[in-house]
Amino acid sequence: MTRQTPLWRGPAMLTVLVALANLLAATLLVGLVILLVGESPMAVMSLLLREALGHGEGIGYTLYYTTNYIFVGLAVAVALQAGHFNIGGEGQATLGGLGAGLVGLALTGWSWPVAAVLAIMMSAALGAVWGAVPGWLRARRGSHIVITTIMFNFIAAALMTWLLVDVLINPGQPSPESREFDPAIWLPGMHQLLGWVGVTIPATPLNLSFLWALVCCVLVHLFLWRSRWGYALRAVGRNERAAVYAGIDPGRVTILAMALSGALAGFVGLNEILGVQHRILLHFTAGVGFVGIAVAMMGRSHPVGIILTAFLFGVLAQGGGQLSFDYPSITSDLVMVMQGAVILFAGAMDRLFLPWITALVRFGQAGGSHG
Amino acid sequence: MADVLTMTVLLLESTVRLSVPLVLAALAGLYSERAGVVDVGLEGKMLAGAFAAASVAAITGNPWLGLMAAMLAGLGLALIHGFACVTHHGNQVVSGIALTILVAGLTPTLAIGWFQLGGQTPLLGADSRLPAMILPADARLLAFPLIGPVYQHVLRDMNVMVGLTLVLLLASAWILAKTRFGLRLRAVGANPQAVESAGLSVASLRYRALMIGGVLAGMAGAYLSIAHGAGFVRDMSAGKGYLALAALIFGKWRPMPTLFACLLFAFTDAMQLRLQGVSLPLVGTIPVQFIQMLPYVLTVLLLAGWVGRATPPAALGKPYLRGRQ
Repeated sequence: MTRQTPLWRGPAMLTVLVALANLLAATLLVGLVILLVGESPMAVMSLLLREALGHGEGIGYTLYYTTNYIFVGLAVAVALQAGHFNIGGEGQATLGGLGAGLVGLALTGWSWPVAAVLAIMMSAALGAVWGAVPGWLRARRGSHIVITTIMFNFIAAALMTWLLVDVLINPGQPSPESREFDPAIWLPGMHQLLGWVGVTIPATPLNLSFLWALVCCVLVHLFLWRSRWGYALRAVGRNERAAVYAGIDPGRVTILAMALSGALAGFVGLNEILGVQHRILLHFTAGVGFVGIAVAMMGRSHPVGIILTAFLFGVLAQGGGQLSFDYPSITSDLVMVMQGAVILFAGAMDRLFLPWITALVRFGQAGGSHG
Repeated sequence: MADVLTMTVLLLESTVRLSVPLVLAALAGLYSERAGVVDVGLEGKMLAGAFAAASVAAITGNPWLGLMAAMLAGLGLALIHGFACVTHHGNQVVSGIALTILVAGLTPTLAIGWFQLGGQTPLLGADSRLPAMILPADARLLAFPLIGPVYQHVLRDMNVMVGLTLVLLLASAWILAKTRFGLRLRAVGANPQAVESAGLSVASLRYRALMIGGVLAGMAGAYLSIAHGAGFVRDMSAGKGYLALAALIFGKWRPMPTLFACLLFAFTDAMQLRLQGVSLPLVGTIPVQFIQMLPYVLTVLLLAGWVGRATPPAALGKPYLRGRQ
């Protein structure tokens, strides 16, 4: 059936159209907000695109933001595929950053590949713990994952503040930050990596983590659609009762899904701490865990959709952050409006445009069969 | 000894002050969640209320108009939430998060666009803020033996919102427990099929619960910006909406235990401000962050059934589709 139907007429086409309709609705809402603060929506949005994609440095920053959004998008998606809603991305990313940072502090005098591998493992491990505990509480104690993960965000924030204020702080420094890591173990920036093969691009925060994010997309795809465990995970997500009859323990699946989800969110810490900041500091997550919800929702919890949506949000983050130089009344807060609007339309009101679009596609198909 | 007494009175006073937004927001969540609709958007409604109240109070100079604006802002968001979750059967958690993020971005954007103060609203003078609670029978009450001094020292200094919150709390407890509307509201959160069988509209009941909740959450925000504070600042709700949600769960979705939870959380908040760097007997200095995380840890433990058990309303979070289980 799917083989006979051309892709553009099948469900994939429908998904894309619905996503575009949601995006359009969100864009219109943001346009309205821009009008409300007295600027021209078209001018603002074209500047946003120019700043994000119009020059090499802008593209570098866009892809650096995209990296974080891919990680959190995958994180939310893996939990969603198992039927759970992980809004603990903030806390898990914080713990992941702590893991990467501890590796950074410990490995003075080593080379960066060793640090990269260990930091990947540590950020995954701590992020996984911060996801698995709410998963375990859900599976074995019946706690609500949404509430528990919200609480874990606050607990992580308090824990990190305590660690940086009292334990890891660089002595004699006023702000709660650790010392800087040995430059030899920093994750190489993309300009360095490409420089080694003779390609010159501007220096931006974009680093090796971006490639790791793409690898994670492949790994998540293989896990979800090509492995036994991934099958069990999706089975529980679709119909828990049927999964139980098939001999799957939904509790174990829940813990596994949340641990994986936490590990993926933890990689935000890898990108930020070992790739960009090179020291442990507070608030480096900056709401990225919540953007993950938007990315996963609009990307329909599929790696390809997530890469595309993460890139879109990367464009918004980079372009939106630059607007205030030309429009003093428009700050990156406008990007948050866009993120909220996308989550609202793509996540909570996803059925709003579906009837119209289904009708449109049917109309297209009917027209196609005659021609 | 006098020191300890003063300290205790001050501590209790700031506990009450800090508990007001929590109680109002938790009450808002109570209506919504007892009717079966998850309300993680409390944070956003509070923030919207805070901004609306401060903006209108700054422009008109009238705090009561500000309070009205906050109630309307909360109501508007509640209606969007209802449109997404009740009318379109959307995911209630997603809708709440979306609205919160939307408001978190929208409020500073509008503040910068309208007031050019870097995301704040103008500082409000005493006349544009909600006044202290001076009752109409002020002089007579002061002259009254026993009640007079209590009134003068405890109530008279407190903001009018403190009294209003108390009235709303008692009224809500009564409405939920004793009125027909309250019974139906609880029924629609526990067993919507039964409510529909009785010939009532699930959607209409849920919308009404959400609207009351929106108004209350907006008031909680107004308290932050035009009663406790003197203007709106970016992210001024600072997680209080989520804390109120925790208090609601800690209070097992019942009015009076929820009040107790709000007071407890407000008390830990008041304590951590005072315990900063103070060495306690036996335990030494407790890092203030551990006191800050206490409400959240307690809520996690409670949800896991290690300190009591909190059972949510049976139909909480489930969209109601007519004629389907």
